[in-house]
Amino acid sequence: MKRILVGIKRVVDYNVRIRVKPDGSGVMLDGVKMSINPFDEIALEEALRIKERGQAEEIVVVTMGPTDCQQQLRTALAMGADRALHIVTTEALEPLTGAKLLHKIVEREQPFLVILGKQSIDGDNSQTGQMLAQLWDRPQATFASKVELTDSSAKVTREVDAGLETLEVDLPAVITVDLRLNEPRYVKLPDIMKAKKKPLESLPVADLGVETKTRIKVLKTEPPAARQKGKMVKDVTELVEALRQKGLV
Amino acid sequence: MSEILIIAEHAGGKLNPATAKCVTAASSIAGAKMTIAVFAADGAAVAAQAAKLAGVAKVITVDNAANQHALAAVIAPQVAALAKSYTHVFGPSTTFGKDLMPRVAALLDAPQLSDVMVIESATRFVRPTYASNAITTVEVDAGTQVVATIRSASFTATPEGSSTAPIESATPSAALPSHTRFVGLAAAKSDRPDLQTAARVISGGRALGSADAFKIIYSLAEQLGAGVGASRAAVDAGYAPNDMQVGQTGKTVAPDLYIACGISGAIQHLTGIKDARTIVAINKDPEAPIFEVADFGLVGDLFTIVPELEKQIAATK
Ligand SMILES: Cc1cc2nc3c(=O)[nH]c(=O)nc-3n(C[C@H](O)[C@H](O)[C@H](O)COP(=O)(O)OP(=O)(O)OC[C@H]3O[C@@H](n4cnc5c(N)ncnc54)[C@H](O)[C@@H]3O)c2cc1C
Repeated sequence: MKRILVGIKRVVDYNVRIRVKPDGSGVMLDGVKMSINPFDEIALEEALRIKERGQAEEIVVVTMGPTDCQQQLRTALAMGADRALHIVTTEALEPLTGAKLLHKIVEREQPFLVILGKQSIDGDNSQTGQMLAQLWDRPQATFASKVELTDSSAKVTREVDAGLETLEVDLPAVITVDLRLNEPRYVKLPDIMKAKKKPLESLPVADLGVETKTRIKVLKTEPPAARQKGKMVKDVTELVEALRQKGLV
Repeated sequence: MSEILIIAEHAGGKLNPATAKCVTAASSIAGAKMTIAVFAADGAAVAAQAAKLAGVAKVITVDNAANQHALAAVIAPQVAALAKSYTHVFGPSTTFGKDLMPRVAALLDAPQLSDVMVIESATRFVRPTYASNAITTVEVDAGTQVVATIRSASFTATPEGSSTAPIESATPSAALPSHTRFVGLAAAKSDRPDLQTAARVISGGRALGSADAFKIIYSLAEQLGAGVGASRAAVDAGYAPNDMQVGQTGKTVAPDLYIACGISGAIQHLTGIKDARTIVAINKDPEAPIFEVADFGLVGDLFTIVPELEKQIAATK
C-alpha cells in the first residue's frame, strides 16, 4: 500500500495571545483554544492532494500527547485522513524523543513519504522532521513550498534565506512544509460525522521502547521584555524631526 | 573546559555574518575553545575569513565535491564524525542551520536547543517559544553534549582579531548518501543591504496591494540605504518574494530603524522585529496593534506618507 504518514500536533491556536504564568512555571493553557498546528494542517492537505491525484493510497495521521490530542486527530480524519494513531503520553517530549517515536511508527507503517510541519508554533523548534529523516537514514526536504512526485523521487522547492532552492530526493523521504505550499481545506459537518467511524488506534508510549526521559530542563518561562510605550506623531515633518534627533536619518 | 564546534555558513566564497554571531554566542561561555568548521567543495577562502575572527582557536576545512551545495543529509554525517570530542556544536539559526543541525543532533544523540538568544553558562541557555511570547531558560546536565542554533538577531558579530587562527584540513570518515540532489537556486538579486544585517529596514504589508506598488517601499529604502522586508500577507499575495518575509516563520531582523508600512502587527510578524532598536509604524487604522510596539506611530495613508517621507528625508541631507 502506498502510504503517507502525516504528523499532527495539538497546539494553542495561532490567534490566541498566550500569557505566561506569574510564577514562571510555563504558559497558561486552561480554557485556551487548541488547534492543529497550522503547518501540520498544510502537511495533511498536501498528503490529501497527493492521494487525490492517485499518487498515494492511504493517509495515516499520527500524534503524541495526552487524550485531548484525539480531538485534533478527529479533525484530521474529518479533513480526509484514513486512519489515526495516537501515541499516548502525558509527559512533555523533546523533539529528539518525538522523532524517535515517529521513527518507530515509520518502521511499522512503512510509508513512502512522511510529511510534517516545518515547526510547531508552541516550541518553535523546527527539529523533528530533520531528526526523523536522519534516524531513518533517508533524505529530507525542509521548508517546502512546492512538491512534485514521481514514482521514485520527489522534486521539492524550498523556501530558504537566499530565495527558492529546488532539491530532488529519492523516496522514501521526509518533507517538512512551509506556509505557502497550499491552503488547507475546511472541514464540512458531514465529514465530522464520518470521521467518528474512522479507525483511531492508541499506542501507550511505554510499548514503543523509546527512552522518554527529558534532558532539557525548563527552569523558568517569562514574558518578553516589554517595549517602552511609543509616541504618536501628527505628520511626516514631526516624524522626520523625531528620527533626526535620534540620528536615524 | 568547553570545546565548541561552530559550523560555518557560507555562499560564493563568503562567510555569512551569522557565523561571526555564533562565535560571539560561544564566547559567552567562560574559557570556551572555539573551532570553526567549513564544509565546502573548496573552503580555502571562507576558512581564511573565519580564521581572522577574534577568539577563534582553529579552523577546520572539509573539502569535498559533495559539499558544494550544503545538503543537510550529506554534511550532517561529516559534522557528527568531527564533533565527537566537542562539548557543544553550534550553527546559525538560518535556514541552513535549521536544516542541518537537527540531523547532527540525531546522529550524536544529543539534545538540540533552537534559536538560542542568551547563553548563561555552558549548561544554561535562554530561547524563545510561542513566537517569542514566552522566553524560556533551560538547562542540561553538565557533561551532556549540546547542539544549538544561534539566533542571529540576539548577538552582534565578532569582529576580526589581531591574530589569525591556524587552518587545518580534515577528512572525517563518514558514508555520504547520494539520495539527495541539488537542482537549482532561484535567488533574488538585489543591491540592497541584506535584511538580516541591515541597519535600517523598511517593510510593506498587504496594504500595498500589488508588486508594482512596492516600488514606493524600494524607493524609500534606496534613499535610506535600507533593506526591504514584507509581511507574510504581502508575500503570500505575490507582492514580494519569500526571502523578504519577516516574522515567526520568516526572517528575524535587528536593525536600528524598522519602518512598517501598512502592516497590522500580528504577533507572528512582531516576533521578527522585537530586536529592532526603533520601530516606526505607518497605518491608516489608529487601532492597529502595530502601534502598541511602535516608538513612533503615524496614522494615515501610506501612499501619501511614504513618498512624502522620502522627499523630506532627501531634504535633510
Ligand atoms: C503559522 C503562522 C505563521 C505566520 N508567520 C508569519 C510571519 O513570519 N510573518 C508575518 O508577517 N506574518 C506571519 N503570519 C501571518 C500573520 O498572522 C498576519 O496574517 C500577517 O502578518 C498580516 O500581514 P499584514 O499586516 O500585511 O496584513 P493585514 O493584517 O491585512 O494588515 C494590513 C494593514 O494595512 C493597513 N492599511 C490598509 N491600507 C492602508 C493604507 N492605504 N495606508 C496605510 N495602512 C493601510 C490596515 O489598516 C492593516 O492594519 C503567520 C501566520 C500563521 C498562522
